[in-house]
Amino acid sequence: MAQRNPLDLNQPGFDPDQYLCRVLKEEALPDLIEHEIELQQQIKSLDSDMQTLVYENYNKFITATDTIRKMKQDFGQMEQEMEKLAGNMSAINQFSAQVTASLDPNRGKIRKLSETHAILKRLQFLYDLPARLQSCLESENYRPAVLAFCKVQSVLESYRHLTAFQQIHADCLEIMGKLKAALYLKFRRKSSTTRELAECIELFTMLKEPAEILCQEFLAHAEIRLMEDLEQLDEQLAWWSDPERRHQAVDILTFVDMGSNGFLSNVCLVVASYNDMFVCRVEMSTDDEESNELAKRKLIFFVSTLMERYFNSAKQRILRETVDSSTCEVYVRALDRFSRRLQAIDRLITETDYSRVGFKLVQEAASLRCRQYLSYLNNEFQSSLVEVRELVSAKPLSTDASQKLLLASVQKIHAKLMERCKTAQADVKAFVQPEVMFANNRSFYDHFCKVDVRENMVVAHFTDMFAASEELCQHGTEKLVGSPLLLLVLSRHYLDLNQSTIGYVMTLTREHFSQDERNVLGIPPTLFQRSKEVAQKLVNHFVHQEGLSISQMIRKSVETRDWLATNEPRNVRAVMKRVVEELTVIDQQVGQLFEEGNRKETGSGSSRRTRPSVVAARSQSRSAKWTNYSPVDTSLLSNIQKLFSERIEIFGSVDFSKVSILTGVIKIGLKTFLECVRLRTFGKFGLQQIQVDSYYMQQYLWRFVSDENLVTILLDEIVSSAVQRCLEPILMEQSVVEAICDRG
Amino acid sequence: MDEDIPVIYGIDFQARCLVSQAAESDAVRFLIGTQSLKHENQIQLIDFDEESNAISRTVYAHPSGEVWNLSSCPFDARLFATCFNEVENSKVISKASLWQFPDKTAGAPAGDDSHNPATVPPLGKIVDFKDDDPTDTVGVVWESTASQKDVVTLKSNGIVLWDLVEGNSTVAKMKSCIPVEGKGHNRVLSGRWSPHHSNSVIGICTETSIRGIDFRTGKTSYTIENPHGYMVRQLDFNQNKAYDLASCGDDCTAKIWDIRNSAAGPLRVLADHSHWVWCVKYNPFHDQLLLTSSSDSHVILTSIASLSSEPITRDAEDEPSSELDSKENLVDGIINTYEEHEDSVYALDWSSADPWTFASLSYDGRLVINRVPRSVKYRILL
Repeated sequence: MAQRNPLDLNQPGFDPDQYLCRVLKEEALPDLIEHEIELQQQIKSLDSDMQTLVYENYNKFITATDTIRKMKQDFGQMEQEMEKLAGNMSAINQFSAQVTASLDPNRGKIRKLSETHAILKRLQFLYDLPARLQSCLESENYRPAVLAFCKVQSVLESYRHLTAFQQIHADCLEIMGKLKAALYLKFRRKSSTTRELAECIELFTMLKEPAEILCQEFLAHAEIRLMEDLEQLDEQLAWWSDPERRHQAVDILTFVDMGSNGFLSNVCLVVASYNDMFVCRVEMSTDDEESNELAKRKLIFFVSTLMERYFNSAKQRILRETVDSSTCEVYVRALDRFSRRLQAIDRLITETDYSRVGFKLVQEAASLRCRQYLSYLNNEFQSSLVEVRELVSAKPLSTDASQKLLLASVQKIHAKLMERCKTAQADVKAFVQPEVMFANNRSFYDHFCKVDVRENMVVAHFTDMFAASEELCQHGTEKLVGSPLLLLVLSRHYLDLNQSTIGYVMTLTREHFSQDERNVLGIPPTLFQRSKEVAQKLVNHFVHQEGLSISQMIRKSVETRDWLATNEPRNVRAVMKRVVEELTVIDQQVGQLFEEGNRKETGSGSSRRTRPSVVAARSQSRSAKWTNYSPVDTSLLSNIQKLFSERIEIFGSVDFSKVSILTGVIKIGLKTFLECVRLRTFGKFGLQQIQVDSYYMQQYLWRFVSDENLVTILLDEIVSSAVQRCLEPILMEQSVVEAICDRG
Repeated sequence: MDEDIPVIYGIDFQARCLVSQAAESDAVRFLIGTQSLKHENQIQLIDFDEESNAISRTVYAHPSGEVWNLSSCPFDARLFATCFNEVENSKVISKASLWQFPDKTAGAPAGDDSHNPATVPPLGKIVDFKDDDPTDTVGVVWESTASQKDVVTLKSNGIVLWDLVEGNSTVAKMKSCIPVEGKGHNRVLSGRWSPHHSNSVIGICTETSIRGIDFRTGKTSYTIENPHGYMVRQLDFNQNKAYDLASCGDDCTAKIWDIRNSAAGPLRVLADHSHWVWCVKYNPFHDQLLLTSSSDSHVILTSIASLSSEPITRDAEDEPSSELDSKENLVDGIINTYEEHEDSVYALDWSSADPWTFASLSYDGRLVINRVPRSVKYRILL
């Protein structure tokens, strides 16, 4: 901008010569002409603009000159006016001073008068006070009376020496005394509500009654009311405990509600108002603090005495309640409410821990519940035992049904077990539902799941079952504890338990009662061990029982017969046939439940035919020796024979298989046969009868046993014992024996 | 060590009877009665030399028949009684007689030929216990003291008390007869004279019960019904405890009872045998020890220290040295199972001379003499 361009027409440093020179130099003629025209035009328009401007400014100047002239004239007038105003103002000043001076003495008087009026008004109030208080007292409208009295109390105190006031003061005090008495009356009246009480307390505090007495009065009053609540609970409890009146008593949920809504909420109310009135007062001096502590301690003592009673009643009711599946949920809900409500009190009184007490009670109740369920489970087991006992002892109509009878019994027992375990678990699961507050407590949850349910209910049930079943195996008890079939069924049942059911039930328990994977507990190995043990005991006992019943048959048949005078055998004795029939039945029954088992394969089926003859031949040869030589040889011979056979354990353990069980039964029966034979003396035909019987047994028993040799050895021993006990030991021809047996 | 090794001896015949010679308190002696239908039966007097572990025997002929029961007189070593079967007219009848060993030997074994009955003087039969009732006699029971010289024979249907009148020839006078009655099976099988209650009670086993019968009144003073399910085989009294009784039977168990309170069940059940238990015997000196024998051919020595008459005093004494106690005290349970037999063991007895020695006899004629293990012996003595 600052740059001076001499060629720019609009710039102040324009040099016309330079510009002209340049234009002349640079532009062609036509352009020059055009340029000239353009310039001329511009000059013209500039001229006209100039003219216009000059004209306008001239007009304005004229106008301005006129205005100035006019103003000069106006100012002259204004000056005169101002002077007038100043004169007026000073006149006003003068007047005002005069008025003030004349009013001044009156003002002081008025002030005095209004003050006197106020005092008079107050005096009036004082004089009226006794009457007002009286009327308030009469209309039981205590609050205004107390407020009024509080207002004037200090005045009366200070002007007490004046006779007039003295009277009023005395009256007031008298009325207030009455009022206090009335208040106390109201305070102590049973029907007063807590809110009314609170008002009373407030009034008393205004009247500066000593807080200690008030506390006491308040608590005493509260106690009466709370005791009523408690008595109501106790009454319910008494009804409930009396079997005749139980139907009148409310159920547990209502009971707990009565406790919570009646007693507990009243306690809360009392505590809250007590706190408001005596504990949490705002002005805190050291003195107050002390009395606060005192008040607090009083309250805690008071509450704890009442709570103790409450817990006592609640405990009785909760612990004595009997619960079944239908009421379990209600019961848990009641417990839940019970423990929830206790927290409210703890929130009000920080020093107490009633929820812990309540929690303990809940825990106790939960344990008790599990124990109850255990006894329920055990009873169920007993009743299923009774049922099965009836089932197996009943004679089925069709053989087809009888073939499945035992299997069906096992399934029934199993189904019942599963059912009751599931029911019980489902029921007690109510205790650990997420919406139940105490179930969220870790320690409760863990203890309940691990100890109460798992150990004290499920595992304990198994253990009790085992113990109860073992009792069935008591030897020689007169009361016929279990039919043999029941033993057999139970044995199978426990074997199943051992193989699968225990695992299943325990897994079920774990699923229901442990979300915490870390705390997964294995199945106690003792359960498996015990179930196996009990199964073994039961099957052993079954074998003993059956063996003994067969023994009895054999024993009687040997003992009652006169073997010396018996006739030549023509038939197998009927008792032997019965024994074989009996064994066939047992075989069929055991076959329903147990597998066949292993046989010692000593030979082909034909051994049945060949072996007995060998045996017979052997005993014959032995008897020949016996008659011919000295007895030393006999014992020697039998000893040698025994060297080659294993010692037979008669009442030993058996395996869980059909042949093993049957072998056990047969062993017992044959050993009895042997012992009985040894106690008798035989004639020739007696011996031969034994020979025939043994051969018959030999023919039929092999199919039941695991080791045919065993039967052979035992029968062999029977015959040789009979030979030794025979006065005339002459054995029958083997062919005749065979003929008799085939015929029979 | 060799004390614990059993001494086995074969007596050549089948036998069911074995008793210790009750009146003999110096030598370990046992009597055995054999059973043979073909040969003349024998009474064998077994003398066991504790030093050399040697057995010597004297064999006496028993001309009357198979010996089914044998009992030795507790006050005169020379006397014993047998029950035997006689076959008459194809009927078997059990009878009982009182015998006396020949004077010369007086129960002592003679020379090398002693096992041959022919060289030994015959037994003297003192008297037959004869009455008009043909019922089988199954046992003879002596009173344990010599004061009255009473003897009882057990018959299948009752018991008979005899008075032995000594003179030129002894006569057995029947003093009283007490029938044993009741429901069910009441065949009398065996009996023992109770050493308590002024010797007036005899305990008997019937098939399904145990009874105590008082001789003064002839009444049953106690009954244990069905103690072993099927058959009761034998009973024995604890010499030191007035109310303790052991029984055994066909349920394979031996049981200890308190006869005052038998309804409450046995004090102890010993179910260690696997077949019928035929014989049960308290050790007459140390009642912690109980022997049982069974047709499973085992003999079992059991400790029942907690039921013995001794533990109370022992505890009181041992209290100061309680650490020793655990080691020294005998605990309940099987002490030993003796498996030397291979046939049913129907009889056993403790020696009356040595409290630690006992003999058992199996049907095949095998006699086994055993001793209580030394460690047990010391535990009881110390």
